Amino acid sequence: MIGWRVTRRGAALTVAGALFFCGLIVSGQAFAQRADVTIGVRLEPPHLDPTAGAAAAIGEITYANIFEGLTRIDRNGAVAPGLAERWDVSDDGLTYTFHVRAGVSFHDGSPFDAGDARFSLERAIAADSVNPQKVLLEPIEKVEVVDAHTLKVTLKRPTPQLPFVLGLPALAIVGEETAENNRANPNGTGPFRFARWMKGDRIDLARNDRYWGHKPALSRATFRVIDDPTAAYAALMAGNIDAYTNFPAPESLPQFEADPRFDVVIGRTEGKTVLAINNAKKPLDDIRVRRAIAHAIDRKAIIDGALYGHGEPIGSHYAPQNPGYVDLTGRYPHDPEAARALLKEAGVSDLRLRLVLPPPSYARRAGEIVAGQLRDVGIATDIVQVEWAQWLTEVFRDKQYDLSIVAHVEPNDLDIYARDDYYFNYHNAEYRALYAELSAEQDGEKRLALLRRLQEKLADDAVNGFLFLLPKIGVWDAKLHGLWENAPIPANDLTEVRWEY
Amino acid sequence: MIRAVALGLVSLVVTLIVASVLVFAAMQVLPGDPAQVMLGVNAQPDTLAALRAELGLDQPAVARYLAWISGFLAGDLGMSHTYGVPVAELVGERLAVSLPLAVLALALSAAVGLPLGMWAAARRGGFVDRAVLFFTQLGIAVPNFWLAMLLVLVFAVTWRWLPPGGFPGWEAGAGAGVRALVLPAVALAVPQGAILAQVMRQSLIDTLHQDFVRTARAKGLTRGEALRRHALRNAIIPVLSVMGLQFPFLLAGTIIVENVFFLPGLGRLILQAVNQRDLIVVQGVVMLLVASVAAVNFAVNIAYALVDPRLRRPA
Repeated sequence: MIGWRVTRRGAALTVAGALFFCGLIVSGQAFAQRADVTIGVRLEPPHLDPTAGAAAAIGEITYANIFEGLTRIDRNGAVAPGLAERWDVSDDGLTYTFHVRAGVSFHDGSPFDAGDARFSLERAIAADSVNPQKVLLEPIEKVEVVDAHTLKVTLKRPTPQLPFVLGLPALAIVGEETAENNRANPNGTGPFRFARWMKGDRIDLARNDRYWGHKPALSRATFRVIDDPTAAYAALMAGNIDAYTNFPAPESLPQFEADPRFDVVIGRTEGKTVLAINNAKKPLDDIRVRRAIAHAIDRKAIIDGALYGHGEPIGSHYAPQNPGYVDLTGRYPHDPEAARALLKEAGVSDLRLRLVLPPPSYARRAGEIVAGQLRDVGIATDIVQVEWAQWLTEVFRDKQYDLSIVAHVEPNDLDIYARDDYYFNYHNAEYRALYAELSAEQDGEKRLALLRRLQEKLADDAVNGFLFLLPKIGVWDAKLHGLWENAPIPANDLTEVRWEY
Repeated sequence: MIRAVALGLVSLVVTLIVASVLVFAAMQVLPGDPAQVMLGVNAQPDTLAALRAELGLDQPAVARYLAWISGFLAGDLGMSHTYGVPVAELVGERLAVSLPLAVLALALSAAVGLPLGMWAAARRGGFVDRAVLFFTQLGIAVPNFWLAMLLVLVFAVTWRWLPPGGFPGWEAGAGAGVRALVLPAVALAVPQGAILAQVMRQSLIDTLHQDFVRTARAKGLTRGEALRRHALRNAIIPVLSVMGLQFPFLLAGTIIVENVFFLPGLGRLILQAVNQRDLIVVQGVVMLLVASVAAVNFAVNIAYALVDPRLRRPA
């Protein structure tokens, strides 16, 4: 009988607790007017200064929104005018004259002129610069201000890539007084200004009403950090975010595709995903062994298994959307028999290789499949899973690996195979000579021919196993328009984003 | 009492010193270079060296430890490598989420778990007892990330009563803040509440069998009076210990739940800092957690003394 009292009290407390929490539950969502957008991003940027960090997450928030460069890269990867409305190139290709726009000001109200452009470029190439793309600016000899609206850039050698390079996120134009504060409080010239950053949760941007160019339709934009694919799925389904422009889980796409509220847009990135091979390690220095690996690879099985079919096969280190692309996927077709024969010819048996895999799911999944395909031709692998930081030191810096899988997302990066010290350990005089020829060539047709030869050379030498181009999987509200379908650079350019009912 | 407090304080300080050395040493042997992580694959050796110098990473380890620990003692946790803001500020922002979440989860688990445990103990062997045992067993067995996903699917995706995650910030209003914390708090509270209910039940049953309870009954107290006046006080000590252990877990051990609900809490800060090799943040947060565990243990010991008069006197 006494137990009854305890019972009642216990029950009362339980019910009170439950009621308290139910009381907090208030349903309803604001669907008023839409001049705002909430976009989910996978990684939080470490800070918001694209000139001081390589993280793609920085560009995904700041590019074309907060910061602008002298040129800009558009949604198709083409170079377009930015803060420079046009530029002239001297006949010898050594002098670029940029005509910068008048009437442009930074978000803090200070005016922009050619002096700011010079400051930004000189800061990027300075000895103590921490600019992640400093290496691409090496051809610059000097930067001079001709007048407030004219900037002259003199080069050591012709560099037709210069306008493209100046459009990269890391070459943003910054103000001299505010350059050091851009990490926490970015001050650019773009159509949106930085409003608020709740670390770990969201970054808010607000329309810059003094913007020099076409005013964006959105008045506010919020980027929310949602790392977990399941959480991203729930946030989209619940209407908590309007778009997730780089959706990491291709396995949940059918649910979005079946739902008329959403558009699923599969585009291209510049992510050339390779089975990186340490060309200096025995017996991988033997071209026959590398060719055997190339023959062992079945790209279709990898794309189906790792990306649920969303991805394009590549046969060299070059993205299909770029000028001069040659389809080399047939150079070493999937042929386990040929692979075994090549290994035998090279006198290699009982080969055991260390396959180091960084965290992204494309790499981990592709790694398992590649390991199986290599096993079929008699190559055993030890799979080692590492974090990014560990990958960067052990594989990238110290070159302690045999094989690895990673997507190279930098656009037009054929130069990495010509570098002295790169983790593939591919030291090839012929390739370097070809690349040097390309860097200096200004004639369009000849450039295309050289680009083709470079791709062919890499494919022939089977420097790496060339797997696929990483897709850009966008999922967003079907009424939202103007987001980029492709990702020529990591960016969420909001200038043309609008709601249409 | 005073001696107990003094001894407790000494062990607290020793714990913190040992922990600081261990934490620092662990960060040194972790593979990965913070500068390389920040600058990525196109970084040149001279750029990396410039950044390392800027971050002070070119100094020897002992000098860096001393600089860190002396700053720590002066209340300066240092600057985050990646964010470039003071660590104390970052931790403060994250605590504004993690602390209310932990308190809410603990309150919820106690508010539901303790009465259930008492109810079951009072009805030992009966239907209620067996039901409580079954459901608490289930509550402990269910992984909290799975429960979290289920809660999101039901309450956020299907019914849209609550947000599926994220945190609007307290400046958006207390209501909005609490709404964002309800589902994560429930996901955290279910296993904790189940544990509390079982501990409460077992402890109460053990106590009810002891002589002093029988004596109290012999004196003419009803079962309920004996339970409330005598048994409960004694049975609560193990429950307090368990709650003391749960709190630090709720504060830091929530990485998975914070990921499912994309909450900007301490657990995610640590995870992110380890991935980015933001060593100074990892060190600072881990030290803070060690300090909070040590402080909670200290407080629980004092609470024992308050509940149990025998522990008040020095041995």
